[in-house]
Amino acid sequence: MGAGHAALLVLADGRFPAGGHAHSGGAEAAVKAGRVTDAASLEDFCRGRLHTAGLSAAALAAAAAAGVDPLALDDAADARTPSPALRATARRLGRQMTRAARAAWPSPELDALAAARPRGAHQPVVLGLTARAAGLGPLDAAHAAAYEAVSGPATAVVRLLGLDPFDATAVLARLAPELDHVAERAAEAARRAVHEGPDALPACSAPLLDITAEQHAAWPVRLFAS
Amino acid sequence: MTTLLDLPAPAGLHAAARIVAAPGAGGRTVLPVLEGDGPFALRRLRSHAGAAHVCLVGAMSAPLGGDRLALTAVVEDTAALRFTTTAATLALPGRTGAPAAYDVRLAVGEDATLHWLPEPLISARGSDLAQTVRVDLAASARLVLREEQVLGRAGEPTGRLTTRLTVRRAGRLLFDQELAFGPRVPGWDGGAVLGGHRAVGQLLVVDPAFAARPAEPRLLGPTAAVAPLAGPAAVVSAVAPDALALRKLLDSAASRLNAVLQPV
Repeated sequence: MGAGHAALLVLADGRFPAGGHAHSGGAEAAVKAGRVTDAASLEDFCRGRLHTAGLSAAALAAAAAAGVDPLALDDAADARTPSPALRATARRLGRQMTRAARAAWPSPELDALAAARPRGAHQPVVLGLTARAAGLGPLDAAHAAAYEAVSGPATAVVRLLGLDPFDATAVLARLAPELDHVAERAAEAARRAVHEGPDALPACSAPLLDITAEQHAAWPVRLFAS
Repeated sequence: MTTLLDLPAPAGLHAAARIVAAPGAGGRTVLPVLEGDGPFALRRLRSHAGAAHVCLVGAMSAPLGGDRLALTAVVEDTAALRFTTTAATLALPGRTGAPAAYDVRLAVGEDATLHWLPEPLISARGSDLAQTVRVDLAASARLVLREEQVLGRAGEPTGRLTTRLTVRRAGRLLFDQELAFGPRVPGWDGGAVLGGHRAVGQLLVVDPAFAARPAEPRLLGPTAAVAPLAGPAAVVSAVAPDALALRKLLDSAASRLNAVLQPV
């Protein structure tokens, strides 16, 4: 819809200044616990994250891009995020993305969300509204959120384990068809949410991501913020 | 057995049970409705502090594939209900390969209390069960809800199990969580989701007292944590190698939340 692919590349670029590079998406805790040790276990980790927290985030982003009330989506995101550490992370990242987005694609909708949630709305909601401001559609927003769900951990594990960046990128390439599938599911759920509200969105969750986020937040020294 | 009109040729059992707990004389809770058919055999047990205690008696080899089970409990204003089961619920494969559905609907009124403490749900090899639990709480309602899923009997690969637990308080969404494990669920056993564990569970506590004194986030070993929700509630999430270890984690968490947990 609307804008072409270039705006999506700008938004999904790892260098987009929204602070995502400082977060491992739970990979740092998984490496410490010995659950991610190589490319194969990184792929299992990323696949699990993609189909749980990734799908939920992609659906929230797609729904925001589709014009569903962002404050209702922000409440839905709270209910889908039992971990207080992850709620705090999502809001911090949302605030950072809001700043970058308002500079890149000024929009009254982003201004209104920033005014209603001065401490930051959940990042996937901001991402979706940013996509909307950039003239992108719900499927684009879902792709950006789903990609972020796996690119964060893959990049972090290169630093945490000294994993070969070629191997980490190959993991992302192998996950690409599943990423497309997750984005399509998210966009389809967002279409339903336009009429039925946020309850129509998936609420997929990963127990270990929630539990270990609390542990990670309590570490005195860590490489990544989450 | 009841036949749903929209399913002219049911492949499995259709059964429903309904509990209504209401305030009676002298502050005791009475049970004006206690009915169940098929595998649902409900018993009234002795309880203390005026609450009613209903127990779902075991010996049910359901849900089988194709079954559709529905369990409803309503706790009216100021009543108190405790619900337990005598045995685990075992999801088994049916003859047709069709999935089974188990839908639980709970409503708790003002100043009412519900302790929903069933034994674990075990997903046997080849089974396919979708469970939904929806809870509607009044603003001053209190809830203690335990959910445990065990993936496979001893030494057995798991079946497919999906669950969705949705809790609303005063009409507002408080907690919404879907879990999915087993065949055709990508990544469920990886390091982000279960990391090789075979038992997963949670204890959800909703109490208006948390508004003034929120629960503190707390770690309970490497695979369990207490998390305050964005509302007057806390959830204990845990994964463990087996059902016994899981129950220990949840029980230890329950005792830590005792400040707001009153026995029912």
